[in-house]
Amino acid sequence: MSTTTATPATKEPQGTNGKKVVELREAAVRLAGDSGDGMQLVGTQLTNTSAIFGNDISTFPDFPAEIRAPAGTLAGVSGFQIHFSSEDIQTPGDKVDALIAMNPAALKVNIRDVEVGGIVIINEDAFTKSDLAKAHYESNPLEDGSLDRYRVVRIPLSRLTADALKETGLGAKAIDRCKNFFALGIVYWMYDRPMEPTLKWIADKFGKNPAVSEANARALKSGYYFGETAELFPVSYRVAKAKIPPGRYRKITGNEATAIGLVTASCKCSKTLFYGTYPITPASDVLHQLSRYKNYDVRTFQAEDEIAAITSAIGASFAGAIGVTASAGPGIALKTEALGLAVMTELPLVIINVQRGGPSTGLPTKTEQSDLWQAVHGRNGDTPIPVLAAATPGDCFHMAYEAVRLAIRYMTPVLVLTDGYLANGAEPWRIPDPDSLPAIEVSHPNKPNDEKGYMPYKRDDHLVRPWAIPGTAGLEHRIGGLEKQDVSGNVSYDAANHHHMTMVRLNKVLGMARDFPKLEVDGPAQGDLLVVGWGGTYGSINMAVRHMREKGHKVAHVHLRYLYPFQKELGTTLRGYRKVLVPELNTGQLRQLLRGEFLVDAVGYNKIQGKPFLISELEQVMTGLLSEK
Amino acid sequence: MAQTGTTPLLTPKDFASDQEIRWCPGCGDYSILAQVKKVLPTLGVSREKVVFVSGIGCSSRFPYYMNTYGFHGIHGRAPGIATGISAVNPELQVWVATGDGDGLSIGGNHLLHAIRRNVNIKILLFNNRIYGLTKGQYSPTSELGKKTKSSPYGTIDYPLHPLSVAIGAEATFVARTIDVDVKHLGMVLERAARHKGTAFVEIYQDCNVFNHDAFAYATDKDVKLDNVVYLEHGKPLVFGKNREKGIRLNNMTPEVVSLGGDIKEDDLIFQDERSDNPALAFLLSRMHYPEYPEPVGVFRAVQRPTFEDRLIEQINTAVQKQGRGRIEDLFDDGETWVVE
Ligand code: SF4
Repeated sequence: MSTTTATPATKEPQGTNGKKVVELREAAVRLAGDSGDGMQLVGTQLTNTSAIFGNDISTFPDFPAEIRAPAGTLAGVSGFQIHFSSEDIQTPGDKVDALIAMNPAALKVNIRDVEVGGIVIINEDAFTKSDLAKAHYESNPLEDGSLDRYRVVRIPLSRLTADALKETGLGAKAIDRCKNFFALGIVYWMYDRPMEPTLKWIADKFGKNPAVSEANARALKSGYYFGETAELFPVSYRVAKAKIPPGRYRKITGNEATAIGLVTASCKCSKTLFYGTYPITPASDVLHQLSRYKNYDVRTFQAEDEIAAITSAIGASFAGAIGVTASAGPGIALKTEALGLAVMTELPLVIINVQRGGPSTGLPTKTEQSDLWQAVHGRNGDTPIPVLAAATPGDCFHMAYEAVRLAIRYMTPVLVLTDGYLANGAEPWRIPDPDSLPAIEVSHPNKPNDEKGYMPYKRDDHLVRPWAIPGTAGLEHRIGGLEKQDVSGNVSYDAANHHHMTMVRLNKVLGMARDFPKLEVDGPAQGDLLVVGWGGTYGSINMAVRHMREKGHKVAHVHLRYLYPFQKELGTTLRGYRKVLVPELNTGQLRQLLRGEFLVDAVGYNKIQGKPFLISELEQVMTGLLSEK
Repeated sequence: MAQTGTTPLLTPKDFASDQEIRWCPGCGDYSILAQVKKVLPTLGVSREKVVFVSGIGCSSRFPYYMNTYGFHGIHGRAPGIATGISAVNPELQVWVATGDGDGLSIGGNHLLHAIRRNVNIKILLFNNRIYGLTKGQYSPTSELGKKTKSSPYGTIDYPLHPLSVAIGAEATFVARTIDVDVKHLGMVLERAARHKGTAFVEIYQDCNVFNHDAFAYATDKDVKLDNVVYLEHGKPLVFGKNREKGIRLNNMTPEVVSLGGDIKEDDLIFQDERSDNPALAFLLSRMHYPEYPEPVGVFRAVQRPTFEDRLIEQINTAVQKQGRGRIEDLFDDGETWVVE
């Protein structure tokens, strides 16, 4: 075992065992291994523990598209990054402070993200010749000096785990499977994390299998004590509790938040939630979550395809439930025709697109924001659909809830964009008071609304038609995808009527802006630069803009959660700054919408790498722009 | 016009909407519409509880002509819409009107899956073996070699047999009937309506404009009794003008035989629509004119819990065990902590 040390020069109190304890403001740790090594699992444990401990957290799981790529290969590397801090943070961290690499492939894929001088903990048992070959290493990085810039700690993780667990009576394979908890134990010691939450979790999870439960618990403790006793660590670190607004918190991922947002909305208006969907990465977890809520009268329907998923949801809405469907870009493409039907029949419907890298099958497990045009424009005919986008994992709750509210109030399909980064990323979420959520009012007529009988397309002053549902005597009526005659809803091919109905459908949706909250501007109301973002880039943009302001620049941030129509104040706001920058994880889709709508000379910063923005790169772009005349 | 509740005095007229019917003169759809309107008042279901759902095609105009709730959907997708309706309100009686193109071509996938789930919907597949609304292209049930607008040299696609498809998809109720055979049509519609679970009915329907007389062999007075065999549960398969012919099984192959002499009715195939084994129903679905008389009537009628039954059962059990869900419990899922 060899160690290259470069202890950071911060204040260094003595720990109880004589070692130094270094206070850090924050730390970004990445656990990486083979997809079978259980990295997502221990990553989640580190996240929960840090959240309960009181840090602010942000995570970024990164897993391979192949479920079981051959063990030890580059394609099979699975990683989980967690950023915990004593201050308010919003991203998983630009650079990794400590990498735990369970094999050469994990090292190779992840080393470039590690801060120079950062810690790299390596399972040296996995660095045999054949392991190195599988990762396409020509020489052993532990020996060829290529890791000299890092503080490398080599640990025979497999062997130590085997030694620690040899009395458990488990087989060698089962024992080796516990090495992730040994590694986690080391991390817990390094960052002074309490073990109790994970020990409790292990007991709950493996309670039925005492041998496995005991082995995992022992592996965790052994790793922790190893860190404490072994000579190879000269220091350990401490990240104090963060000062976050008071309240009750839980950890939440975007997909979890989406699911409970929908269910909360259905509870608020006492309606059945019908969720028609077809499994697709990265949206499937919403289905998994919702399928557990049978006692909330949530009816999940795993349809035969994306089209049946949305048409069943439309049918459910027609029959008086809250119809919801979700997918990722390719699945949304398949739903397109039915979206038109929902517009024509003017039924409430919520469609969630958990975006991923495109086009076509693209990068299923990577994040991207390239479905904005699809959401706003991607249909035949003049087919306006309001589009919302969540900004953070926790915001998925609010946007899902808002989508249900708007869909019912305006009898329209509503599209919600989230993305793979939000869907799988986690953050602490302040649990809202259910009574503080806006009311969702539903009314179903029970008598004819006209002397000639029930008129399904007779509208209120917001141009909204009534929602009469099957089972209501006297209101029998027919709807469908053919153009409707105004008021009566009968099929009509009349030219003037078609023009009128097209404009009514458009004006109804445009009018929804009256119901949107006021646009929030973070920073000065006027200045040199306005950065306009949307979706999952909120955290990076917001941090970068704050840093720029700390440096004395007049920079503001607007993050759009309403993308169609835009909030009323947006046009004026855009004109208050010398320059407008639109960073997006696509080729410039929002930028083009803004230019088209407001004739503003917005410039873009675009990255299409399946990865979120780094705070530092955004700062660089802003610095460049501000220095231009 | 408000018709409330369960008064049994409804007449076919009560089920007619005020919309002008736009099918071509002589189209078989008229007869089907008339029989549906006739059967509905006999079922004791009030009008507001009935929903007709359709896709695209001539047959899919059906909902507009019924004074019930109706949904004219998009091409092939009626089973999806119908499933959503029935899943959230199993009290409704949901019908799907579809055709050979809508149901078996563009919507084939949905048809299969609605059937195998045993969703409580009644599917009427109007089979005219042609595309009518798009003016005369061949359909998935057009005979091999058929010359149409889109197959001037004859089709090279082998046709699908709707009932074989339905039986293969685990249908619990499968029947065939003919547009002009109004009594039989009425009987089959009524049985379909009363079936719990997916009822699949193929109706031979004459497209008067683009495929007239496609089913003349089964409707023409002079020949139909020789070309059609009426299925009745527990009865032997006898047919012919003088009921002088029958179908018996020779190994696995049906065989047309003349009755009298050595061959008695007892030697023939006996229809057993309630058999759990779908083999006989499938075998019957493979009998085609001109090799055989084509069976009409109920091929299969078995009981199995419906999709809706199981869905509601899961919900009720969950509510019983966990109590009715509350928002607070949703939020508190997993670990929570308090920041002061
Ligand atoms: S085209 Fe054929 S099926 Fe369609 S309405 Fe006319 S006759 Fe009937």
